[in-house]
Amino acid sequence: MAANSGELLSRIATGDGHGENSSYFDGWKAYDMNPFDLHHNRDGVIQMGLAENQLSLDLLEEWSLNHPEASICTAQGASQFRRIANFQDYHGLPEFREAMAKFMGQVRGGKVTFDADRVVMCGGATGAQDTLAFCLADPGDAYLVPTPYYPAFDRDCCWRSGVKLLPIECHSSNGFALTREALVSAYDGARSQGIRVKGILITNPSNPLGTIMGRATLAMLAEFATERRVHLISDEIYAGSVFAKPDFVSIAEVVERDVPGCDRDLVHIAYSLSKDFGLPGFRVGIIYSYNDAVVACARKMSSFGLVSSQTQYFLAKMLSDHEFMARFLAESKRRLAARHDRFTSGLREVGIGCLHGNAGLFSWMDLRGMLREKTPEAELELWRVIIHKVKLNVSPGTSFHCDEPGWFRVCHANMDDATMEVALDRIRCFVRKHHHQQQQQKAKAKLWAARGPLHLSLPRRGGAAASHLALSSPLALLSPQSPMVHAS
Amino acid sequence: MRDDDDDFGPTASRKKEKNPSQSQSSRDRAARPRADGGMRIVVPLQGVVQGRGGLVLGSLIPCALFYFLQLYIKRNRPPPATAPQAPPGSPPGSASAATGNASSTPSSIHRSYSRGLLTPRAGLPALSARGAFVRSGDEDSLYYAGLRRCADDPYHPASNPDGIINLGLAENHLSLDLVGRWMEKHAGAARLDGLAGAGEEMRDLTIRGLATYQPYDGILALKMALAGFMRQIMHESVSFDPSQMVITSGATPAMEILSFCIADPGNAFLVPSPYYPGWDRDIKWRTGVELIPVPCRSTDNFNISITALEIAYKQAKKRGVRVRGVLISNPSNPTGGIVPRETLHDLLEFAADKNIHFISDEIFAGSTYGSDKFISVAEVVDELEDYDKGRVHIIYGLSKDLSLAGFRVGVIYSYNENIVSAAAKLARFSSVSAPTQRLLISMLSDQKFISEYLKVNRERLQKMCHLFVNALKQVGIECFKSSGGFYCWADMSRYIRSYSEKGERKLWDRLLEEAKVNVTPGSSCHCIEPGWFRCCFTALSEEDIPVVVERLRKVTDSHK
Repeated sequence: MAANSGELLSRIATGDGHGENSSYFDGWKAYDMNPFDLHHNRDGVIQMGLAENQLSLDLLEEWSLNHPEASICTAQGASQFRRIANFQDYHGLPEFREAMAKFMGQVRGGKVTFDADRVVMCGGATGAQDTLAFCLADPGDAYLVPTPYYPAFDRDCCWRSGVKLLPIECHSSNGFALTREALVSAYDGARSQGIRVKGILITNPSNPLGTIMGRATLAMLAEFATERRVHLISDEIYAGSVFAKPDFVSIAEVVERDVPGCDRDLVHIAYSLSKDFGLPGFRVGIIYSYNDAVVACARKMSSFGLVSSQTQYFLAKMLSDHEFMARFLAESKRRLAARHDRFTSGLREVGIGCLHGNAGLFSWMDLRGMLREKTPEAELELWRVIIHKVKLNVSPGTSFHCDEPGWFRVCHANMDDATMEVALDRIRCFVRKHHHQQQQQKAKAKLWAARGPLHLSLPRRGGAAASHLALSSPLALLSPQSPMVHAS
Repeated sequence: MRDDDDDFGPTASRKKEKNPSQSQSSRDRAARPRADGGMRIVVPLQGVVQGRGGLVLGSLIPCALFYFLQLYIKRNRPPPATAPQAPPGSPPGSASAATGNASSTPSSIHRSYSRGLLTPRAGLPALSARGAFVRSGDEDSLYYAGLRRCADDPYHPASNPDGIINLGLAENHLSLDLVGRWMEKHAGAARLDGLAGAGEEMRDLTIRGLATYQPYDGILALKMALAGFMRQIMHESVSFDPSQMVITSGATPAMEILSFCIADPGNAFLVPSPYYPGWDRDIKWRTGVELIPVPCRSTDNFNISITALEIAYKQAKKRGVRVRGVLISNPSNPTGGIVPRETLHDLLEFAADKNIHFISDEIFAGSTYGSDKFISVAEVVDELEDYDKGRVHIIYGLSKDLSLAGFRVGVIYSYNENIVSAAAKLARFSSVSAPTQRLLISMLSDQKFISEYLKVNRERLQKMCHLFVNALKQVGIECFKSSGGFYCWADMSRYIRSYSEKGERKLWDRLLEEAKVNVTPGSSCHCIEPGWFRCCFTALSEEDIPVVVERLRKVTDSHK
């Protein structure tokens, strides 16, 4: 039967497009087998691979208890039941779209307004990317994506729709900023291979970097897209999670004000309530497109991932409570900032730096100094130690297609303060131990070098210099050329 | 032929221009030797003029010259106009068959779009070929056209008595009051819009159990509740295993995801027709799977014939199309018939014989009311010994049987673990929101409520069906004897002027525009016989029925 049914399945079902057979899932498996619990399993693996925002859920809970009319399963809201139960129009509840458009404007500081008629509902941001890929590209076409990028794009954009993702290489030397040169070279590279480039996909604020894109970069992207007639897809699911200056700039703002010549038909925004709102369980994703054809097409496709009308109704009520939303966003940012500061300063104590970020639910941690050698293999080796010995499920940079080994994404908004402290302690303890071992090894090496009569003097001197550095400051463990060392 | 006629004008005039010069030179020649026999051939016109034996030759030769000239022109013209006619007759494996196996419309759109892209700064910002296909996909379907008209001008007895009565959407309003009352009664435990389930662990009751990431293919507790519910619907005759279940946001994505799992673009399913018009959209759009209608006839009571399936299978094979499965709906949508046990047996055997899948859409399983008892394929497959169950899949959902279309809950139930695991992963694109899942867990676990609901709902369906069918009889419209579903399958062939799809369309237009009643024409369901219409009666109230009758009468009376 097994052989038989293998032949019976499609390529999508038998293929690896879902990405779950990749070794990066080892961390998740380790977590699933032995999940940490503050009271019951203090020895378990702490989940730091999941970008989930649990810091402000209590506010939402409080609101829902105070507003029973928002639920169709309360006495107050039950009058709406008949209308809601059978509502399956793929346009979505009008009040939901209206509230969503207003909320998107609110998240972006009121600097842009969104048209409710352009809001298309999808099953989460995952569904939004899948739908957009179906709308914009044919199998074999490609998107350009600045690295490092969210690994699940490989699945969301490629699996069913057959789109390819081609990296635009970005480096730590300029804080992983996207340059026009890198973009042009990726574009030309694709063209020279005969691949049709259909779009540029960015996450802003960036996942995994936690940084935001500057206005100039966005303008450059909009101009490039217009020039070469490729789509520009901006994934802004962390737009409301920018907790420090500089302020977030949405592509919507750039398109409407900064680049007058931009062809708006090429610009699309993906949004969701999973991150800013901390409600991934509600599976609400949004496509906002300036292109009428894409809106029409995506709307028809949204019947493949509609949000339950009950949930739409509830969210419409909640999102249109402007006063509450303003309070929620401010409080959420405050808590994210506090968590971020606590985490990064905790790492600084042992000399571990992070890329300076001001958004998102994670930090981009620099462990380049702890690698045995500068290769992806060494990174994975270190990662396995972190998972199995330190018992933290963090995500290695190579899984984000980062071409510089040694970076890790660490999520810290999906846990309470106490768990975060445990995680921090584990990292610090590990780093200290690692330093200690390294010093011992170096001392040993020095000893051997001193004893060995056949040794050349050159490596000996090198070794001595390195050990001297290591002794003088833990910071030296980071690669000396890193500009990130003193940043946090 | 038309082209040839067009060519005739210019060629003829050119010929005329030539002729004078020709006759000029030949007259010169003719001046020298006289009475030359060959001369008549060379100078035909002269022969004609002179009235001698050249009459025949004089008319034959110019005709022949025209003919060869036309042949020459035709041969040197670019081919596109003639090419599309070739594939049907061409042997399998040829290039044309290879392109023809993908449903031909998208591939042709694809070509035109890619050409548009070659010219820089084309007017249209490039949508993908698939996107363009989807965008225009349902424009020409009468099913969707009717629904759109209803959305613009919906009937309401008080506020819009002239609006269109919608008999096109299979939606059940008959028992909503029961579900609504249950909601009200269990209102106490609401928390972030999800109800706390009875017997759940405390951890799940907190907000973290609702707001945070949940398994994409459905919470296990909901799968268990659904398995119990399905078992109840199938009269306890079969039990379902929650681990073989994937939950999606509605039956629409369930069907699409299953299609993604079992067929590659260009493959096909055999679908006994008439079939649910939405499938053309749900299955074909993005997966690139072709649906091959296999006609069933009214003389067979629209029963599925294995012989017809065999023929369709062979024809597809001949075209080079790989058939991946047979897809049926049971109870049938649109006829409302129930597939007999023997037919299910035969279908399963057919699937095994051809080594293809068998998909049964049983979304109306709990909405049966007739004398025929519904039998799930799950029951039949259990009876067969040594049957490879890995090819059997069931689609289910709560939109119909629980009248909760807005809640978007669909189910893929498969006996093939590879498909279950692939579908579970694909379900991330179409998951159900956690509060809705929690709410349904508590509702479905309320055994007393569910049994009561199913019983009352069936009674109400039966009553309404009876009323509606009798009402149609009053205006002279007979219905196929249905046993399940929210609709009846009405035979209006008496009222179509020409017995063809065109005639059916005309009647549909009149029903919509004059009678202001939206029904689904058989042609949208790929019914081979014109004149059948699907009429949904479950969104009506009893008071609406006389209004419908009166409106239909407008059209039927004027027919004579």
